Amino acid sequence: MLLALLALALIAVVLAMPLAVRRLEQWRAERPRRSERGAAHSLDDLYDPGRERRAEQRARELLRSCVNEEEWGMYRDLGFIRVAGRHARREIDRGARSAYAYLVYPHKPIVAYVPQTGQLLSEYCVEFPDLTGGGGRHRLPASDDVLAKWMALTSDEDRVIRRANMHLIGRQLDPARVRRDLWRLAEWERRRGDRQQVPQSQR
Amino acid sequence: MKPGHGEVLLAEGDPSVQEDEERLVEEFRRQLDEGMWAAVPVTNSGSGRREAQMVKDFADIPPESERVIFFPRASGG
Repeated sequence: MLLALLALALIAVVLAMPLAVRRLEQWRAERPRRSERGAAHSLDDLYDPGRERRAEQRARELLRSCVNEEEWGMYRDLGFIRVAGRHARREIDRGARSAYAYLVYPHKPIVAYVPQTGQLLSEYCVEFPDLTGGGGRHRLPASDDVLAKWMALTSDEDRVIRRANMHLIGRQLDPARVRRDLWRLAEWERRRGDRQQVPQSQR
Repeated sequence: MKPGHGEVLLAEGDPSVQEDEERLVEEFRRQLDEGMWAAVPVTNSGSGRREAQMVKDFADIPPESERVIFFPRASGG
């Protein structure tokens, strides 16, 4: 008996669904448009399963068009980008290899480390929140997040580092994983170097 | 860059045309007023490497640049 009632209730819900959807559409159409921004937000509320995927595809293209070829290859193959630090510890180091560098991951803290030794220095937690009044529900596509960090670091490193929350390594990222990423990066660069040398040696 | 959407074209035009320039300046100011950061991808003339240049005024945009990218300002995560 209970099962039959539940089945009837389910059928009633399914049959009423088109009516409810129509009423919802009418309500949306008749609702006065308070402002352009308000209307844009109501469109945002509609779920579009392909939107994030399309946004990420566009973001990857944008990232590729902005960064160095080597950095794009790094991101494509390894999932992160290395950005050299601009400051030198001593005046004598200026102009040589950077004393420190950052690993830029999508939607994860920026990791500072010493390239010569592999020593991990710190995590910089930084995000690029929605300023358009969306309530912070949305975040940038992964590749846009990387590009935003890359632009911030290469243009005004001090400002982005000042705004970030600095923590010791291990707060959000597993140090073992970061060390493994550094090893992957070294291997990637070695293979890349080999590939670039082969055509030269064949000439 | 717009959270939830990614890249959105805000305005385009030829800055050498006065009408286009006014529209571009207006959009540039609107974005900065909303708290966005503006950056231009450039090639460093010394190292030859790609990098970004932050711009705070429309006049600061390098003349050869093809686009200005606006993105939300960074904050501690």
